[in-house]
Amino acid sequence: MTILRVEGLTKRFGGLVAVNKVDFEVSEGSILGIIGPNGAGKSTIFNLVSGIIPPDEGRVVFQGKEVTGWKPYRMAREGIARTFQTTALFEELPVYVNLLIGYRMRTRSGLWDVVLQTPRARREKKEAAEKVMEVLAFTGLAEYAFRPAGSIPQEAQKRLAIGIALMGNPRLVLLDEPTGGVGMEETNGIIELIARIRERGITVCVIEHKMRMIMSLANRIVALNFGVKIADGVPQEVCEDRAVIEAYLGEQHA
Amino acid sequence: MSFFLNQVVIGIQLGSQYVMVALGLTLIFGILDISHFAHGHLYMLGAYLLYILTALAKVNYWLALPLCMIALALGGVIVERLVYRPLRDQPHINTFIAAIGLFLFLETLVRAVKPRAVSVSKPIDKTLSFAGFTIEVQRLIVIAGAVALVVLLHLFIKRTRMGTAIEAVAQDREGAALVGINVNRISMLTFAIATALAAAAAVLMAPLAFISPEMGSVLILKAFVIVVLGGLGSMQGAIVGGYLLGILEALAIAYVSSAYKDVFAFAVLILILAIRPTGLFKGRD
Amino acid sequence: MEKLEKYGKRAFFALLLALAIALPWIGLKLYQLRVLTLALAWAIAAVSLNLILGYTGQASLAHGAFLGIGAYTFGIFTERVGLNFWPSLLIAGLVTAFLGLLVGLPSLRTKGPYFAIVTLCFNVIVFKVFENWTWLSGGIQGQKVPCPSFLTQRWARYYFVLGALLLVLVVVRFIVKSLLGITFMSIRSNENLAEATGINSFRYKLLSFTVSCFIVGLAGALLAVENQHLDFTVTNYAYSFNLLVYVLIGGAATLSGPVLGAVGLYYFLDYVEKSLGEYRFVLFGFILIVAIIYFPRGMVGGLSRLWDWAKGRHASYRAREVTP
Repeated sequence: MTILRVEGLTKRFGGLVAVNKVDFEVSEGSILGIIGPNGAGKSTIFNLVSGIIPPDEGRVVFQGKEVTGWKPYRMAREGIARTFQTTALFEELPVYVNLLIGYRMRTRSGLWDVVLQTPRARREKKEAAEKVMEVLAFTGLAEYAFRPAGSIPQEAQKRLAIGIALMGNPRLVLLDEPTGGVGMEETNGIIELIARIRERGITVCVIEHKMRMIMSLANRIVALNFGVKIADGVPQEVCEDRAVIEAYLGEQHA
Repeated sequence: MSFFLNQVVIGIQLGSQYVMVALGLTLIFGILDISHFAHGHLYMLGAYLLYILTALAKVNYWLALPLCMIALALGGVIVERLVYRPLRDQPHINTFIAAIGLFLFLETLVRAVKPRAVSVSKPIDKTLSFAGFTIEVQRLIVIAGAVALVVLLHLFIKRTRMGTAIEAVAQDREGAALVGINVNRISMLTFAIATALAAAAAVLMAPLAFISPEMGSVLILKAFVIVVLGGLGSMQGAIVGGYLLGILEALAIAYVSSAYKDVFAFAVLILILAIRPTGLFKGRD
Repeated sequence: MEKLEKYGKRAFFALLLALAIALPWIGLKLYQLRVLTLALAWAIAAVSLNLILGYTGQASLAHGAFLGIGAYTFGIFTERVGLNFWPSLLIAGLVTAFLGLLVGLPSLRTKGPYFAIVTLCFNVIVFKVFENWTWLSGGIQGQKVPCPSFLTQRWARYYFVLGALLLVLVVVRFIVKSLLGITFMSIRSNENLAEATGINSFRYKLLSFTVSCFIVGLAGALLAVENQHLDFTVTNYAYSFNLLVYVLIGGAATLSGPVLGAVGLYYFLDYVEKSLGEYRFVLFGFILIVAIIYFPRGMVGGLSRLWDWAKGRHASYRAREVTP
């Protein structure tokens, strides 16, 4: 069953076409890898799907509902969570507060609940705390819970970014280079985390440069070059695709 | 009709000072990413320096003009070194708060030393009238002076090595640093030029109005309005916006009400931002 | 250690509160009591600014205007309309909050220094309107403000304002310790990430700003009661700057910082009025520059850094003891 369908997605910046008529589908419970040389439009696709920027043309259909051009917070509520290439955290706030923020959109207590300390405010705070404990354990961040997010190791920051995304009970998470700038040993920990996310039935889209990692992890791979989709299939096929090999060789020769 | 045109000329003169102040502000913003909120207070210091030189030390007005510009250029460099450089790479809002601190410091200091407003006399105290026009010579001096300075600034930026470097930094700071442009030097130079421009505006305008400690605060707000609406970091935007605001304000004073002359620009800003949160022209984010 | 820190803090604030309650009985001059009452009212205003500036990260420079609007609304409803004290107080807060909502709608779409500039523009407009529209402001004579019978005594007004400050602090504490307060802080910390995390940042900025304006409107009304008189200068944008200084010097995004900053600085400036004259205001700007460069976390931040430092030394001393 398809959870996300992208049709004819196009985005121009000035004269440059960053994403050009890209179509792909993601089936529920799978991991989709998005690969391509630098500047191929990978992150732009994430920005379009998560609503950070609106597309110029094309449609984004999520769980059968058209969500094209929605604002990021509405996308997140609909169930599309994401992380950013340059790890974005609430740096001066403690790790557990970072996670709490991720759960906020699933709670409803407003000003009056808070000022009058209504049962709903207390119940939701308790639920949020339980969810934080669960995600701390799931991402292995318990030891850092009270440290400011900006002060924990790079690799733990990457896991925290994923943790924030998981707090809102998403159906689909978009991970933008989750292992970027992380050593080999720690990369394995993150790969294992991504695999466990899939085990929970959450669909994952991941942008990755480390080919070996993506080949072993993804069910399906989409390859891009200069904003155009050049290949789409199971890892083995894409790996042997001429256009993909040329795109990567081209990058190396440039 | 001639009344209307007369107001337009007065508006161009009002706009001239806005252009000179807003140009400095937009240069500093574009090149250093600093919202230099105390810029108007350096303008105010320029006016007081003119008062000290001409009214107290009896220096000739035309000699005082370059003296004030040089002194304030130095003042600008000192401000950059003491206040803004320690805050580089800090959140934007911290720099802005430091600027507010400088703003309060200068205004209260001048008020404590000299609580009452002062004035300086006009170098050429004449009024021209022809074909239904009447205009004070000093207003024409402001207009001509502003045009001369804007042209000089343009030539400096387009024709000299230093100027080109400034433009390069304004367009792409990291790139400029990579090709070996000394960003520290550029930032000092930018402050010197911007503050000298503000001093020139103060010296030219001073004979037409009272000199008071708070003269800088409303001016800087208007300059910000011009810079925000004209596109952050855009020099053309500052020039067009400055003249436009001057003319609109002169007409509003003549045809609407003079009691609210200072709030006109701010009301326009809030209205425009309500419709277009990013300003009228596209500048840098 | 955590527990010790918590109890130490509690003991410190309990002591401070006891001192505040005892003050009128330990030989304070009536004049000083008045200064303290005003200082506490300013502290309420500073706490309100802290909500939008410290916790939500939006530097409003319109709080001087909103303070004045609250004060005038209260004055007009009690003196001209003849309403009672309590409904007028509520109306003062509500009118200010409503205007805050209207101003927030366009201005909160802008970010960083531009929000500060737009709100400052609004403050200048309000100031000019109050200066020129004498029907509203009472012109040079100003606006008389009646004092309710239970507040005619100075000490009664002192305790009333102290109580109001405590109430406001309790409410603000509820807010910042809740999921709502965390939402505000997420916007201050990283607005783009907050949006991507499902938070409609504009809506929450507007809520924080409106609540902040409600509180500053109350503070204005309390100032009006203490002064029993108002003129247009109460809307001066200079007060917006003063409030900013109180919050930043005391310590933004802390509960006690704005209170300590406002009471401390207000009382200090009054204390040095004779010796320094007009020069005392020069200190304001100077302190602000030095503080933002060297102590960006304010007085309370400085204190807790000192505490961390002492704790760190203690901990490393212990560690040395244990390791052979």
